[in-house]
Amino acid sequence: MSERVAIVGIGWSGFRPGTPDVSYKEMIYEAAVRAYNDAGVDPRKDVQSFVTVAEDFHEGTSIFDEYTPDQLGAAMKSMHTITGDGLHGLATAVMLIRTGRFDVVAVEGHSKASNILTPDAITAYAQDPVLNRPLRLNTHFVAGMEMNRYLYESGADADACAGVVSKNRRNALKNPLASFAADFSPDEVLGGPSLAWPLGMHETAKSADGAVVMVLASEKTSASLTDNPIWIAGIGWCNDSPSLESRAWAKLPYIEKSARMAFQQAGIKNPFGEIDFAEIDDTYAYKELQSLEALGVCGFGQAGALLKDGVLDPAGEFPVNVSGGSLGVGHLLDATGLHRALEAALQLRGEAGAHQLKDVHVGLVQSWRGVPTTSGAVAVLTN
Amino acid sequence: MTSRIKHFPGTSLGEKDFDEGKVLFVHDELKADYAWDTGIGIGSYLAGLKRGVILGSYCAHCRKIVVPPRTVCEWCFHPMNEYVQVKDTGMVNTFSLCYVTWDVQRISEPEIPAVIMLDGASELSDSSVIMGGILHKLGEVDPQKVHIGMRVQAVWKPEPEREGAITDILYFKPI
Ligand SMILES: [Zn+2]
Repeated sequence: MSERVAIVGIGWSGFRPGTPDVSYKEMIYEAAVRAYNDAGVDPRKDVQSFVTVAEDFHEGTSIFDEYTPDQLGAAMKSMHTITGDGLHGLATAVMLIRTGRFDVVAVEGHSKASNILTPDAITAYAQDPVLNRPLRLNTHFVAGMEMNRYLYESGADADACAGVVSKNRRNALKNPLASFAADFSPDEVLGGPSLAWPLGMHETAKSADGAVVMVLASEKTSASLTDNPIWIAGIGWCNDSPSLESRAWAKLPYIEKSARMAFQQAGIKNPFGEIDFAEIDDTYAYKELQSLEALGVCGFGQAGALLKDGVLDPAGEFPVNVSGGSLGVGHLLDATGLHRALEAALQLRGEAGAHQLKDVHVGLVQSWRGVPTTSGAVAVLTN
Repeated sequence: MTSRIKHFPGTSLGEKDFDEGKVLFVHDELKADYAWDTGIGIGSYLAGLKRGVILGSYCAHCRKIVVPPRTVCEWCFHPMNEYVQVKDTGMVNTFSLCYVTWDVQRISEPEIPAVIMLDGASELSDSSVIMGGILHKLGEVDPQKVHIGMRVQAVWKPEPEREGAITDILYFKPI
């Protein structure tokens, strides 16, 4: 029961702003074939259980669970779909293995964001139908209000937020998976159109299409599959009150709690000192700063200074979103957490290519389900 | 608490009470528009329908044909890149007589959805099995005479009107 769980196979397809050449099933198949080949497993024989993360409204198909098995090689096998972020899927797979009932489990997440023609209407349907939706506000307003209160209480400024965009899109220049790589200055960010003031349009991640599949195995089984296991040393998740009326706008208590859960499992007491790099939420630029503080990497109100001092740069003491993050790579809807775990796994394997960090052993991954939610998850990966 | 109350008088509600706003409720409509990329497998299938043919894909490993075609075999997980043309004739596997429409209107003449086991692919000489069939509707038939095992054939839209959609076949009729 105390067995550790390892990532033994990773695969992906995409990521691009549009993928008109393949159906979502074909995109998932490509990612799955790569992951199974990477792990050296046959899904029909060796993978015992499968987890997909998907949101019906993103797919345009209700009870989407029905559409997930064949492209994963999961037909007539233990399989289920959860409506959560990719990290929730990863946590589910860890738990399946920890039951002792399954040795090898695959997790899949994907985005066909380009197929959703009315994304803002879909997101609006996440608002409370009786209390909030009748006000007819574009749901980005939730991020605008959160950013406003966060800046007000933390003392972080607009320049720091613009700096996050500039850093992440520049980081993306070295990541072939990234769709929105650019040499984009903070002034250009701030000069862009407003979305939900103080939040600017350029501070909001654009969506991309893609799929990520990961194969997880128990410690015992992983030894026979790979010489290079990536351990899920800790994983935690938490939801705050969904109420827009009563949530803590400046801080992210649900990320703090998720982090405590993951850090306790991983035995991490000093995140800044013990963790080598992080792939975390930057759906909106300010979220990277706010999340770093919630994760305990620094105190409340200190992340802006870290950014400005270059500590979060690839060459800095605590690199954040070296992959380019969601701002640079593109936001992959429900697959976003899995994308961050993928980037962390590549770094820990030493397979990150042009954006490889030197000498990294502990990676931090965090994600959030987006407005208007207070749903988050945190994982610690080690090599 | 409720155990002390022996009798609940209740209040009956009628449609009028809703119309008059005596019951509070909120109405909303979702504007959910999608444009699904059909991809390689389904894209080929729809292009085939436009030409008046039904395509399946063939797995040499399992010796199975599946309609519509797809790029991966769900039984063995091998790529499935070979298309085969199956016939537009077949046999009713199962059917239903539907007296309620898609948008929930009661009708006296039923719609007849059916799964039709299509006749094989002539270009394959081996004993390859077509897995499942095509889901469509039956037409030009007395509903009471439809039966499992009935032989049927596709009735196609006139070619200029076909658009690469499942509705390029109007229905299947008895032969
Ligand atoms: Zn096969």
